[in-house]
Amino acid sequence: MALAGLFLVVFLLVHLGINLLLLANDDGQAFSAAANFMGTNAVIRVMEPVLFGGFLLHMLFGLLVSFRNRASRPVRYQHKSLSETSPLSKYMFHSGIIVFIFLVLHLIDFYFIKVGLVAPPAGVERHDFYHRSLALFADKGYSAAYMVGFLFLGFHLNHAVQAAFQTMGFNHSKYTGAVKAGSTIYSVIVAGGFMIIPLWFMISR
Amino acid sequence: MNFTLKIWRQKNGADKGGLVTYEVKGISPDSSFFEMLDMLNQQLIGQGIDPVSFDHDCREGICGTCSLYINGRPHGPLKGVTTCQLHMRSFRDGEAIFIEPWRCGAFPVIKDLIVDRSAFDRIIQSGGYVSVNSGGIPDANAIPVPKHDSDASFDAAACIGCGACVASCPNASAMLFVSSKVSHLALLPQGRIEAERRVQNMVATMDSLGFGNCSNTYACEAECPKEISVANIARMNREFLAAKVFAEKEKKVSFSL
Repeated sequence: MALAGLFLVVFLLVHLGINLLLLANDDGQAFSAAANFMGTNAVIRVMEPVLFGGFLLHMLFGLLVSFRNRASRPVRYQHKSLSETSPLSKYMFHSGIIVFIFLVLHLIDFYFIKVGLVAPPAGVERHDFYHRSLALFADKGYSAAYMVGFLFLGFHLNHAVQAAFQTMGFNHSKYTGAVKAGSTIYSVIVAGGFMIIPLWFMISR
Repeated sequence: MNFTLKIWRQKNGADKGGLVTYEVKGISPDSSFFEMLDMLNQQLIGQGIDPVSFDHDCREGICGTCSLYINGRPHGPLKGVTTCQLHMRSFRDGEAIFIEPWRCGAFPVIKDLIVDRSAFDRIIQSGGYVSVNSGGIPDANAIPVPKHDSDASFDAAACIGCGACVASCPNASAMLFVSSKVSHLALLPQGRIEAERRVQNMVATMDSLGFGNCSNTYACEAECPKEISVANIARMNREFLAAKVFAEKEKKVSFSL
């Protein structure tokens, strides 16, 4: 789960980099060129099923581990736990479910249209991600849901990245503080970076 | 001080059990938690009621026998102490105190607040032996050990095996306990000889006994009476991964007379 998660962490940065091109004032040229590159480059084409596999493995292991963890305490405590822990760490399953719902909706809105599983809306060509994004972000309800999805992804990542290092055996008296800070910085960059885009469209249009 | 106690009562492993409320009055703030329970039991005996069963032995925080999940925390509200080191001054006068047994499928309730923690013994047994030469007393400096390793090993060896880590973990995971046992031997040259086999066997036994998995909430570290660090869990994960990937296949030896 940790390994697959770390792989997804790299993917998110690439995705964010491309999405931020939406903010360029060039009528979507840079964004469309990047989307076209991702859709045609041979290496990326090979990596796409690997990425789906990564998501699938991460979710499957997450579910398996969560069910096993629940089963390990068949009788629960009567008093709620007051142990001092990070609340984000205790709700990884819940934040993961919200991110999963967001991911499915996101795939329906973009990927399924691209591969032809879902019909594109009238007037938008199925490979034209730029105008599809503009149309979706014009809807304030969609933009709000998009931002909520990324807020929870941020919560998930904030704990996940440093936890993945710990699970892989990396805990060092000198560097663990930096890993934890890096985990928080990364989650703020990813969640904030994706959330800026609908905000920008809301303000600028 | 007066307290309302809500204590888990359960006749035996087959009984469903439930919380029973008792009132205790006139408790000195300097009474230990167990002295307060002793007073309650004296009261119950006088009323012809079966006294509350709970584990205790040394009553000075070194044996790891005592347990009790008190108001949502193993060993109660103080950091770095066992229940036997807890005093009633840590509670408010008139407070309702919930007292429950450790909860984990691998720690079945025997009676009331006593659970069977022999699962820990089985994990230790599966770790096997440490090769130490018999004979005369070796020179203290015969095997050099870096100071940091020696300190880290001693810190891990401070684990008293009470099970608070399992009790506090939202997943009832035993990773802090097992990792402290793996670490205190793996950090010393004497323990390196069987290190690969030890970590694999202990983790396999831990998994087979039904403990949960670590999701890095670090509740264990926050509640450990000996303040064992989760750095030990990372060390065990390292040891385990390295052993799984790099350990050579063991040569099969067939014995014949």
